[in-house]
Amino acid sequence: MGEVLVITSGKGGVGKTTTTANIGTGLSLLNKKVVMIDTDIGLRNLDVVMGLENRIVYDLVDVVEERCRIKQALIKDKRFDGLYLLPASQTKDKNAVKPEQMLKLCNQLKEDYDYVLIDCPAGIEQGFKNAIIGADRALVITTPEVSAVRDADRIIGLLEANDIRNPLLIINRIRVDMVKKGDMMDIDDIIDILAIDLLGVVPDDENIIISTNRGEPVVTDMKSMAGQAYRNITRRIIGEQVPIMDLEIEKGFVGRLKKLFGIKA
Amino acid sequence: MLDLFKFFNRGNNSKEVARDRLKLVLVHDRANVSPQFLEMLKGEIIKVISNYMEIQTDELDIQLTRTKSDDGEHVVPALVANIPIKNMKNVGK
Repeated sequence: MGEVLVITSGKGGVGKTTTTANIGTGLSLLNKKVVMIDTDIGLRNLDVVMGLENRIVYDLVDVVEERCRIKQALIKDKRFDGLYLLPASQTKDKNAVKPEQMLKLCNQLKEDYDYVLIDCPAGIEQGFKNAIIGADRALVITTPEVSAVRDADRIIGLLEANDIRNPLLIINRIRVDMVKKGDMMDIDDIIDILAIDLLGVVPDDENIIISTNRGEPVVTDMKSMAGQAYRNITRRIIGEQVPIMDLEIEKGFVGRLKKLFGIKA
Repeated sequence: MLDLFKFFNRGNNSKEVARDRLKLVLVHDRANVSPQFLEMLKGEIIKVISNYMEIQTDELDIQLTRTKSDDGEHVVPALVANIPIKNMKNVGK
């Protein structure tokens, strides 16, 4: 029996889809069987982030309305075995899916997969309710901005109200240079305010944009910091103890020397 | 250099501003109560505590926030009040 994880944030544009793609790919790197569901009907994007946009035949609405079998709608990833995508519908009405249909789908999928990842739409309406109904655990994504943390707080409250206990926090797009200058809230500030456990921190990294341009999740890029951050997050999801990584990049010769001798600036 | 920069910027970091604004806005978001409600509560608390000790009423800070429950399992709402005491009255003795 697998586990259903919903990736949610409240606010749009904080990185839900990118996070879903990277965690999904990261889990399959760890040999887990994974299916990702895009529940953002009308504004689907997980397909392009995964580079699978040309392979879509059926979608989520077709599945719940039983126009096709689940297996027919699942798109197999181009690189990894055991990684599948169920795309959202781009043209149908965004209220086409009902919570009880989503619940049934989640329960069916977790029979066959280790992890079912649900990419939640922004907002707190019907789409949000659909996305969380079948979830066993929730991952809340935020960035170090007032608006994103505020919306994350609201989402945490709504998850609790729907009996999804102990959501885990991912802080995305943190910039160490700005934190150091005192111009960005740091990890402790955000955890202190939201009062939930931290799953991971992803640095603001241009490699994410580069890899998304190509339709390849950054988690497969062994050299990038964001890739490392996502690999750590996936290992924590499967229950391994991995320390939060040091996001400090010491530039130049002196910096490397300092790092070599373990001197903190 | 960095420390010098910090020195001139002391108390004026944009992060501090962000954190304080966020905390304030969340008080209302979380509680779904009006500022008037909090003012009323504050007034009552001042009245009761003033019977026992002299407090600095202008410095009194009360907030609704969230905290982990005792068993660490749940997140529960909490009323946090910071009440500076000027002087203990002798009534308790």
